Amino acid sequence: MIDMAVVELSRLQFALTALYHFLFVPLTLGLSFILVITESVYVITDRPIWRDVTRFWGKLFGINFVLGVATGLTMEFEFGTNWAYYSHYVGDIFGAPLAIEGLMAFFLEATFVGLMFFGWDRLSKRGHLLTTIMVAVGSNLSALWILIANGWMQHPTGAVFNPETMRMEVSNFKDVLFNPVAQAKFVHTVSAGYVCAAVFVLGVSCYYLLRGRHIELAKRSFTVAAAFGLASSLSVVVLGDESGYALTDNQQMKLAAMEGMWETEKAPAGLTLFGIPSNSAHETAYEIKVPYVLGLIATRSLSGEVAGIVPLVERADYRIRQGVIAYDAVEKLKVNRNDLAAREAWERHKSDLGYALLLKRFVADPRQADDATIEKAAWSTVPNVPALFFMFRIMAGLGFFFIVFFATAFAFSVRRRFDRKWFLRAAVLAMPLPWLAIEIGWLVAELGRQPWAVDGVLPTFLGASSLTTTQIWATIFGFTALYGIMAVIEVKLMLSTIRHGPEVYEGYEGQPSPERAPATTFTAIPAE
Amino acid sequence: MTIPFDYETMRLIWWVLMGVLLIGFALTDGFDLGSASLLPFVGRTDAERRMVINAIGPTWEGNQVWFILGGGAIFAAWPFVYAVSFSGFYIAMFLVLSAFILRPVGFKYRSKKPDPAWRARWDWALFVGGFVPALVFGVAVGNVLQGVPFRLDSDMRSFYEGTLLGLFSPFALLGGLVSVAMLVLHGAGWLTLKLEDGPVRDRAQRFGQVAALAAFVLYALGGVWLAMGDIGYRLVGTVDPLGPSNPRMAEAAHAAGAWLANYGAHPWMILAPLLGLAGPLVALLGIRGRKDVLVFAGSSMANLGIIASVGLSMFPFILPSSIDARSSLLVWNASSSHTTLFIMLLVTLIFLPIVLAYTAWAYKVMFGRITTRDVNLNPDFY
Repeated sequence: MIDMAVVELSRLQFALTALYHFLFVPLTLGLSFILVITESVYVITDRPIWRDVTRFWGKLFGINFVLGVATGLTMEFEFGTNWAYYSHYVGDIFGAPLAIEGLMAFFLEATFVGLMFFGWDRLSKRGHLLTTIMVAVGSNLSALWILIANGWMQHPTGAVFNPETMRMEVSNFKDVLFNPVAQAKFVHTVSAGYVCAAVFVLGVSCYYLLRGRHIELAKRSFTVAAAFGLASSLSVVVLGDESGYALTDNQQMKLAAMEGMWETEKAPAGLTLFGIPSNSAHETAYEIKVPYVLGLIATRSLSGEVAGIVPLVERADYRIRQGVIAYDAVEKLKVNRNDLAAREAWERHKSDLGYALLLKRFVADPRQADDATIEKAAWSTVPNVPALFFMFRIMAGLGFFFIVFFATAFAFSVRRRFDRKWFLRAAVLAMPLPWLAIEIGWLVAELGRQPWAVDGVLPTFLGASSLTTTQIWATIFGFTALYGIMAVIEVKLMLSTIRHGPEVYEGYEGQPSPERAPATTFTAIPAE
Repeated sequence: MTIPFDYETMRLIWWVLMGVLLIGFALTDGFDLGSASLLPFVGRTDAERRMVINAIGPTWEGNQVWFILGGGAIFAAWPFVYAVSFSGFYIAMFLVLSAFILRPVGFKYRSKKPDPAWRARWDWALFVGGFVPALVFGVAVGNVLQGVPFRLDSDMRSFYEGTLLGLFSPFALLGGLVSVAMLVLHGAGWLTLKLEDGPVRDRAQRFGQVAALAAFVLYALGGVWLAMGDIGYRLVGTVDPLGPSNPRMAEAAHAAGAWLANYGAHPWMILAPLLGLAGPLVALLGIRGRKDVLVFAGSSMANLGIIASVGLSMFPFILPSSIDARSSLLVWNASSSHTTLFIMLLVTLIFLPIVLAYTAWAYKVMFGRITTRDVNLNPDFY
């Protein structure tokens, strides 16, 4: 039997390390493009202030970037260390985007980020701009590949189970690549990163404006962030990742859970603004509903139905029973791979194998499960409804807030009004909000996927490695301590760099030419 | 999709590519690990240490991607290896990752404050970030050669039955020392090329001489141990190289000295260990004869030869099980599907040349020796 303590600890560690990693990545995604914008202006206008602006944000980018890289290392190997059975079961599909991410994206951003920081004096202006662009492209490409991997977990297309190797194998790589869920998730996630960086740049700029310091830098950065932020916040909400929800039972379950919708409503379904859902009572109390809206958003039609939780559980019950037949066939094929009857049964029921595996939480052999156990397993396909219901509302609410916020900022920047104290203060106070929205967004996406590691294919509890709780506690403590120290140092360095403000850089030639680089310009302690 | 190569060929190609990635990692990031291991010893003042740090500062990050790509590519091409080895070596992996986490932060944050205590702490963090992975990788290779205590059940779930202390057998420790010596030598080789003449470079070369001798002697000792000791595995019966990736369909047995059997069957393979032995000597000659390029060429030969010889000795084994005859991971039974291997080969053929091209360009841009003057004046230096 599966040791659920190991599973829960493994999930805890994965959530901690992923959420922590994702504190740094969104800022990297967005700030790299803001650097591209400010440096392009520098190259086009040739005004040194824009170089100083670029180098200032570049310095903050660097402090943030290294922690994204450092914590990303953990992620690349954590599937193997903590989710070994998952890695075996889906590695044939899931491993590919991760490897391509390294080859196509990580090399690009990591090679060029070195030149971006060290190459100011060794590259031409255009050459340096090119390296900055490559860093932005590389980091955003890495988001594409990891979301293709994640999109496949949410909506596994283009793969079939092979009883001879006991794992999922690629049947159509194009489907994996052009997975609609992955596309939607990519746009949504990188846009969220752009919003994050825009809020960050705007907040720091407003802090300077409030203090009356570095006004030239602050006004320019304000203008760039306002425009970039407005476009991104519209993209986050409008191109939000609702487009995949109709695709599979589990994505439908996620949608129903986010809406706290227990029964299927007559089309078009209403959107619940508020309510108090309960997983045990199977109902959502005190609902306030806006008619028609959910049906319109989720199905883009007036007649499309949005399935409720209870009917979806009934469907899961049916699929579990079909899955048990598939499971039985696989067990027979293990003994005799030429068993024709088993092979035929397998072909008819193979798409439901994953549902039978849900039973392994309750019985060692799914074929021994009675009706009560099957019902229990069917209800285990319901994720944590209250958590999803409330978190989704906070995230979406913040999304709409950012649109209003950036529209206001944009209006001020167009009218060159950088002196509205209330807005400047609000912008500083708003700085933590994108991180809140983003972390909640991750939780909604991944808690909504439960109980599946791969939707309909592999339950999360089966994916964990055969470790002991002691081992996992040791690494949870280790990572928490290490990450905790790093976080404190990072925030302190960010704050002191912001307090210190931008510097005016003068040329430095790498080759000895004393008359061109007077030694008095620089101290022995570099600015970097 | 029609695949122009059969499954056996694709597996062989990916076995070679896995070697290419590991060697690529050792040749590039290897000198970063070596230089970081030398950092507190070859640099006595802050300015001296900054010479070492800036000798690897602009390019180490790209080099590290070989490690990340190694993880991703093993996941994609050898999912069994990825799953079994990383979950089995759980705490060892945690140590490596923690050490690696210190590096990006160490390089970047050290220079943010002039405070000597702050910088000294980061120097030791960078040392740990170089030395610990160098040691653990070698220990891991030693364990792989000895066989790893894991078994697979009929669902292909892997169970590891070893302990953390069990990883540190005398032979595994020897592997760790070979790895440290080899990478420290490579670091010294890089610093020889990259630093201006002066005390830091002199010290790096003195450590390099010791490392070269150690690498030669310890690696030779490892070979003798494989010949005389109780280490090695062989196949029982045959394995279908075109068969499904199911490790339980092949049988292996413990056989002393079996790791050297391939050299009898395929004499050309002996080139790898010869290169591994010659490399440190060439580097030593380079240091003694003040031929800088020869030092780095020698240390590169050592990396190439030593790593290749491990792979060739074990072929077709990748990860032998020491406790179960029907769990060992082989080139023929631990790979991804035929389709995935082919798709990943196409991706590699397209992108690896591009990566190599811009990496070469990056090194060209940063070409030239680090001088005291640079370190004192350049505002972009760490």
